[in-house]
Amino acid sequence: MDFDLSYEQRELQDSVGRLLKDRYDFAARQRYAKEEAGWSRELWSHYANLGLLGLPFPSEYGGFAGGAVDLMLAMEAFGRVMALEPYLATVVLGGAALRLAGSSAQQAELLPRLAEGRLLLAWAHGEWQAGHEPFFVATTARREGQTWILDGVKSLVLNGASAQTLVVSARTGGATADRDGLGLFLVDAGAQGVSRRPYRLVDGTSAAEITLSGVGASALGEPGTAAPIVARVIESGIAAVAAEAVGAMQAALDLTVEYLKTREQFGRPIGQNQALQHRAAEMLMATEQARSMAMLAAMMVDEPDVRERERNIAMVKIIVGREARWVAQQAVQLHGGIGVTEEYAVGHYFRRLTVIEQLFGDAPFHLRRLAEEQP
Amino acid sequence: MDLRLSIQEQGFRDEVRDFIRTNLPQDIRDHVRAGYPPRKDDIVTWQRMLNTRGWATAHWPEEFGGAGLTPVERMILIEEISLAPAPQPLIFNSNMIGPVIIQFGSDEQKRHFLPKIANVDLWFCQGFSEPGAGSDLASLRTQARRDGDDYIVNGQKIWTTTAHQADWMFCLLRTDPQAKKQSGISFLLIDMKTPGITVRPIISLDGLHHLNEVFLDEVRVPVANRIGEENKGWDYAKFLLGHERTSIAGVGRSKERLAYAKELAAKVNAGGRPLSEDRCFRERVALLEAELKALEITQLRVVAAHERQDQDKADPFTSILKIKGTELYQAVCELLYSVAGPAALVARPIGALADGEHLAPDWAAPIAPAYFHSRAASIYGGSNEIQKNILAKGVLGL
Repeated sequence: MDFDLSYEQRELQDSVGRLLKDRYDFAARQRYAKEEAGWSRELWSHYANLGLLGLPFPSEYGGFAGGAVDLMLAMEAFGRVMALEPYLATVVLGGAALRLAGSSAQQAELLPRLAEGRLLLAWAHGEWQAGHEPFFVATTARREGQTWILDGVKSLVLNGASAQTLVVSARTGGATADRDGLGLFLVDAGAQGVSRRPYRLVDGTSAAEITLSGVGASALGEPGTAAPIVARVIESGIAAVAAEAVGAMQAALDLTVEYLKTREQFGRPIGQNQALQHRAAEMLMATEQARSMAMLAAMMVDEPDVRERERNIAMVKIIVGREARWVAQQAVQLHGGIGVTEEYAVGHYFRRLTVIEQLFGDAPFHLRRLAEEQP
Repeated sequence: MDLRLSIQEQGFRDEVRDFIRTNLPQDIRDHVRAGYPPRKDDIVTWQRMLNTRGWATAHWPEEFGGAGLTPVERMILIEEISLAPAPQPLIFNSNMIGPVIIQFGSDEQKRHFLPKIANVDLWFCQGFSEPGAGSDLASLRTQARRDGDDYIVNGQKIWTTTAHQADWMFCLLRTDPQAKKQSGISFLLIDMKTPGITVRPIISLDGLHHLNEVFLDEVRVPVANRIGEENKGWDYAKFLLGHERTSIAGVGRSKERLAYAKELAAKVNAGGRPLSEDRCFRERVALLEAELKALEITQLRVVAAHERQDQDKADPFTSILKIKGTELYQAVCELLYSVAGPAALVARPIGALADGEHLAPDWAAPIAPAYFHSRAASIYGGSNEIQKNILAKGVLGL
């Protein structure tokens, strides 16, 4: 057992931390949100220069051959500043799909561009009817000669508006909620038959609804058998947002503690009140429990034992979801009035953590899954 | 970074499991599994077996009988003992007075006491709390006044767990009434057979006798039984309270109780079906398992941090382990109580928890008492509210 970071990992942590400290204070973040894409292209190229965009990919494809711990460090740093760039959509989710299902030709074509910051991806998997069910896919794929034709509507596609290439899940057979009959496909976002309705989520990040009407696509992996890949992409997402949530929780806690030390009422800092000290201590505990789970996720996301992996990742999302919500709510509470304003950062952490709670299954969903699978 | 056990660590775990399988008497195991507090004789028997391997005092330096294990191996050892389930080594001996004597005791004290402490040839209890000194321990008033080569001790200790079974008591006493609170305290070892000591039982909510009041009336204690210097006792007590605290999370114990709850739920009927099939029950189990998993990793992180740093410096993060550990243990005891349901409600006379008359199944007898007693866990060893003060001050700087 070993909790130490390697030299390279500490370097990574330092360089990302420095970049974001210089360029991602809260005011800058609110400016980036107003840019057309809803995030900063300038920052994206800095991420590329630091090697962040190639972090989880093999070096022969221009990647950094990093692992889950490296991704954890990057996501935690992004969480601290509520970075808006589509790292989750492009590198984590899209990247995982390419890494796990792509042929070497597909990887050779796409991953180097991704690592250089020239390719944005989106994971077009969710559908409104699915709720959190991972294999509920109504979108269909049928074969026509050498290509596949997709029809359906994908909802809540993170970074769906900016992405040039979409990784789309669609059904080649089976009933809508079946595990069997799923396929993954690469779709050019500019292709005929793709229409996109961009929108913002409640935390200000960008998403889109994507309608596919007879769109030509190429298969990513073997169509009909993609369920295990879909599950693993979602697990990568859970590991990533767990780390992001920990960064955001820590930042919200830091803001809160600072506020407790400086805000004065009744002639003294409010942090001298034991009721508030204890609440802050409980926030610390919740953050540390979530941090432990983010570490567990990083350890488990590549675990070959499927049951063990699924069980642990579900536990991660349960704890992180619950603790993140609680910490965010308390951070708002301890700030008083300023906590519920648009102008102040803490409410935005609350919003981001509220979104993370719902991504890739909320705590009740994963609890139900674990309850069903208990021996 | 790697949270998995290394090959060596797995090997050590297997070695511990083998040892337990071969040596732990079945009746001790059954008694603990059923949810009864371990009996004195069971604790002694089992600790002596562990002591043959140095595992009763695994964290002591090897020259004094420690096992030379890494912190992770020590954690594995504690966890496997809990999971067996078997009694843990006597905390007052192995985790409290032993390390204090090793650190601050005279050569004569080390030579005389340490082997007996390790083997529980002497059973120690802790004389810290007083009626007026609970969380504010430094306000203690029981006095030791110097008389030649002796101290004369007068006063009262309370909440003294196992005082009625103990051979010796380690005590904090006021030796300089003039000095500022923390400065006038000394640390003495007192033979419980000394004239002037009266032990009076306090029966706790589980109907059992764990706790006592200890009255000290002109009790003569040789100066040779003082640990370290006069009036430095507070420093030694702080060391004691900060030492080897990572096991306070009790992850193994809670896991074992949760496994037992699942085992019982499979045989308890709820409306004609096993409770284990009930969705609400299963979700409660799943949530507790997830929370225990998080705590287990938090514990590993604290252990790993100790490995890197000065191990004798108190780490405020251990307060997280105490708070979460006791909260989860209490939640598991509550779960067991709800698994037993109405069968848990039949009261049994003190000392005869299993009534043999089958008013309710015997397995149900210890459930409510254990639940009641679990409430003590967030009070003793520094109440959870005190732990939150420590976190607020020590980590958050509030």
